Amino acid sequence: MAVPSTQSGLRPSVLAAGLIGVAAMAAVDEVVFHQILGWHHFYDRATQVVGLLSDGLLHAAELVALTGGFFWFADLRRRGALVPFAAWGGFLLGAGVFQLFDGLVDHKVLRVHQIRYGVDLLPYDLAWNIAAALLLLAGALVTWRAARRGGG
Amino acid sequence: MPGHSHLPAEPGTWSPIVVVVAVLALAYLAAAVRAGTGPHGWPRGRTAAWLLGCAVAAVALSPVLAGHDPRAHMARHLLLGMVAPLGLVLAAPVTLLLRVTEPATGRRIGRVLRARPVHVLVHPATAALLAVGGLYAVLLTPLAEATGGQVPHNALLLHYLAAGYLFTWSIAGPDPAPRRPGMTTRVLVLVLTVAAHSVLAKVLYARAPAGPDGEKARTAAQLMYYAGDLAELALAAALFATWYRRPARTCRPRGRTRRGRRRGGRQPEGQTAGYSRSRWFT
Repeated sequence: MAVPSTQSGLRPSVLAAGLIGVAAMAAVDEVVFHQILGWHHFYDRATQVVGLLSDGLLHAAELVALTGGFFWFADLRRRGALVPFAAWGGFLLGAGVFQLFDGLVDHKVLRVHQIRYGVDLLPYDLAWNIAAALLLLAGALVTWRAARRGGG
Repeated sequence: MPGHSHLPAEPGTWSPIVVVVAVLALAYLAAAVRAGTGPHGWPRGRTAAWLLGCAVAAVALSPVLAGHDPRAHMARHLLLGMVAPLGLVLAAPVTLLLRVTEPATGRRIGRVLRARPVHVLVHPATAALLAVGGLYAVLLTPLAEATGGQVPHNALLLHYLAAGYLFTWSIAGPDPAPRRPGMTTRVLVLVLTVAAHSVLAKVLYARAPAGPDGEKARTAAQLMYYAGDLAELALAAALFATWYRRPARTCRPRGRTRRGRRRGGRQPEGQTAGYSRSRWFT
């Protein structure tokens, strides 16, 4: 009874938890770096208009994705279609994708803000993006194993 | 108000809209009582939502938040445009009206809701434009100074409330909304609206001048950003809750008849657009 639902629930499990992962990482960034550490700010004078727009869209998507992701997750659970292992993979993938996007596009391409001001940025940028790559790798590994387990 | 005694405009007067709010609260209560109490009566949660919405609107319109302080103005926008509408919309006043009036009146209401201008007005994109567009116009242009008088100022407050109600209804309202667009459009409009709201908050923060007046404006902008977030989070939850409680036939659980039947039994309470349409507008 559980097998067919497990197979059909693999993809939505990854996607729902992935949404939560993206949004959770964005929330961690806002709460830890903006508010607790105060390394970068609500707004800094250097931010360009396009950066402000991107920041706003990202923030909006984070808020809606977090809510939607949890409802999707709850729906899968009550239908018995949730594959927890695949969901963990999706969560890690989502968190890694956001971290890498923030580290490369926001910080380096659009220059919305930097990780910290008044310091040599290179070690911070390296640590940020390597952590993102590790999260992505771990997520991919867990998802791949969940897919093999479900398919075999 | 002692803290506002030095301010020139509307010292301690109650806006006439407060009387309207009180009348609306009493009318809803009367209708809810007529719709009946008990297990098959009008849900108490909806009545509570309406009364809370009215109370929030009354506080926002009261002398407590009067004056020209940008922080007070922002609080009024947030309460009237975002918090109060959520309570009022989730109270499903149109559904209550349909329940307590004669079928002929109900059909007339249905005809109004099916009219083309209403469809355009109740489309999430139109409603979002009215709500956020109005906010941009008021907060970024000289229009703000033009609202100094009592009458235009009341009109502005009424606009906040009406546009906020329209937007909340179009996104997550349990009331019948014929031809309301599907989930994808509504989520997309919500994301764009939240983005526009947060960008406006940051623009206001960036434009604030130096000095104590600028400090007040910056506090107002941060209030808009963070308190706005909470209200938007609640609206997003209301939107996804309509999807979560969609009729059981579209999400039949596999091999879980007991839970399925229980949810099936709750179906008449499920507040989805599909339900509203099938009940009143087929």
